[in-house]
Amino acid sequence: MIRNNLPVLVIIIPLLAGLVTSFSRRLPGFAWAWVTAVTWVVFAIAVALLREVLGLPTGGHISYPMGSWTVPWGIEYRVDALNGFVLVIVAGIAAVVTSGARLSIEAEIPADRQHLFYSVWLLCITGLLGITVTGDAFNVYVLLEIASLATYTLVAMGKDRSRRALTASMNYVVLGTIGASFILIGIGYLYMVSGTLNMADIAEHLRVLQSAWQQGDMTYRRTVVTAFAFLMTGFAIKLALFPVHSWLPDAYTYAPSPVSALLAATATKVGAYITFRFLFTVLGASFSFNVMPAGVIILICGVAAVLAGSWIAMRQSNIKRMLAYSSVAQIGYIAIGLGLANPTGLQGSIVHLFNHAVTKGGLFLALAGVSFRRGGVTLRHVQGMGRRMPLTMAAFVAGGMGLIGVPLTSGFISKWYLLSGAIDKASYASAVALILGSLLAVGYVWRVVEVIYFRPPADPAEDVREAPASILIATWVLIGASLFFGVNATLTARLSAAAVRALGVLP
Amino acid sequence: MSLGGHYNYWIAILLMMIGLYPVIAKPNLIKKILGLSLFQTGIFLFYISVGKVFGGTAPIYFEPAGRDPAMYTNSIPTALILTGIVVSVSTTAVALAIAVSIKRAYGTVEMYDIENADRDDQE
Repeated sequence: MIRNNLPVLVIIIPLLAGLVTSFSRRLPGFAWAWVTAVTWVVFAIAVALLREVLGLPTGGHISYPMGSWTVPWGIEYRVDALNGFVLVIVAGIAAVVTSGARLSIEAEIPADRQHLFYSVWLLCITGLLGITVTGDAFNVYVLLEIASLATYTLVAMGKDRSRRALTASMNYVVLGTIGASFILIGIGYLYMVSGTLNMADIAEHLRVLQSAWQQGDMTYRRTVVTAFAFLMTGFAIKLALFPVHSWLPDAYTYAPSPVSALLAATATKVGAYITFRFLFTVLGASFSFNVMPAGVIILICGVAAVLAGSWIAMRQSNIKRMLAYSSVAQIGYIAIGLGLANPTGLQGSIVHLFNHAVTKGGLFLALAGVSFRRGGVTLRHVQGMGRRMPLTMAAFVAGGMGLIGVPLTSGFISKWYLLSGAIDKASYASAVALILGSLLAVGYVWRVVEVIYFRPPADPAEDVREAPASILIATWVLIGASLFFGVNATLTARLSAAAVRALGVLP
Repeated sequence: MSLGGHYNYWIAILLMMIGLYPVIAKPNLIKKILGLSLFQTGIFLFYISVGKVFGGTAPIYFEPAGRDPAMYTNSIPTALILTGIVVSVSTTAVALAIAVSIKRAYGTVEMYDIENADRDDQE
């Protein structure tokens, strides 16, 4: 019985567990152990789902009618090779980051609020997993808001270290709400023309309309175009695609360290996934890319994101902020693959979802270790730490290599796919941007490496030890994954190829 | 299909724009939050309008009157907006809670003063 209910358990378990966590004020230590256990269970479920989907014939999916209401009238949860993969990424990162985050959270969040922090933490994970697993357009909006509201709160909890966490969170609330509202309007227009909220069913109705348009009957064309415009703007804000990324750098910089690690690794990935889902599955690739200029717009934004993000990253003295701008650039890479919209480019995008999630998650966890020992994450705090915190700093360097895309790191694999995709499509501007972006990444990573290894510690008498083992292990699990999948990309290549097929684009 | 025939949509869009204006133009956080709330209310009106059937009555089903089953208002958008209102209230609550914390930390809810205070911190 449990087997049949896996698609819903993946969100019901963290949702209810989060509620339980909020009552655990009198049990110090319980919240972390409980939340860690829950995230690992969720990860196991996600892996089981992905294995089951991959066992199905090509293009197969698992459909779960919520409360046994017949699809398309009830809410359907639907897992295919694409969102199965994203589920595994989100749940896996959540499990690893939670496991390593205990000391960091104890250091950064006041004791009387930690149980609430863990509760909101699980709520955020619930929302992200929910957006991924649901097959219902309105459900996407609701879960998106659950994830966003939890994220605003998590970011604001950095206020005990810097009050700017509050303004960062406020900015995010304003932009995030506008983004989500745009998505809501877009879904409303789609409902107007299709009379349904089930994504697969909307797609079916739109296909009928679109073939009518080709015959010259323009019924509802303008409504669908409007829906497209609202949805894309909303998703771009949620995904932090340049130039509507302005909420991201502050939010990642001032959030508590584990929150930055979780968000950077998962939230934008889910945003990217839902953009893929709407462009390809719901609106249809031929509408989005042939009738509408989605490809060109996304390519331009992606190229600008790569160049501007990397350039600004080079000029930061706060390393967390540097990584945040680097995230803007890496989202640009994902966008370039999406804008190319050919099988190789898309595969690069989807591989990069995974590769960037583990790399950036590991890097932010390494910074959590630095912050734990040094009380800050500016260049001054890591100066000369190559000898004092060798393992943390080595992790940072390995992660940085991944951002650059040095061969034998996973970043190389995704950039290889993206570059081949750009050349296949004869989109030389994006190929140049990919290479320039990597060069700029060398610039911003090298600045930090130089300070770490080639300068004496700011205060040589100070006794600084290696980061605590728990943070270090979690960091190296993610960085190790980034290196492992750089050397052996068979698994990620297979998963991303299956995901591209699930989008209806044949590789 | 005259322009006037869709006046409820015009009102919904007008309400959204009135809401969006303070979000963009006003430096006061409370006004921004008010604007967001108004913007979302505009969307709710839009959804409710989608569900309207001309000549339709409240979706309470009763057979004996011999009523045409198509002549009921579509209740799905209404139900959706019930959820939408909950989301909107939660957003407003979270935003106001953050505004309260900002007032405690900075002593003001005006964006310009907050930005000045942050600049002073850095110097």
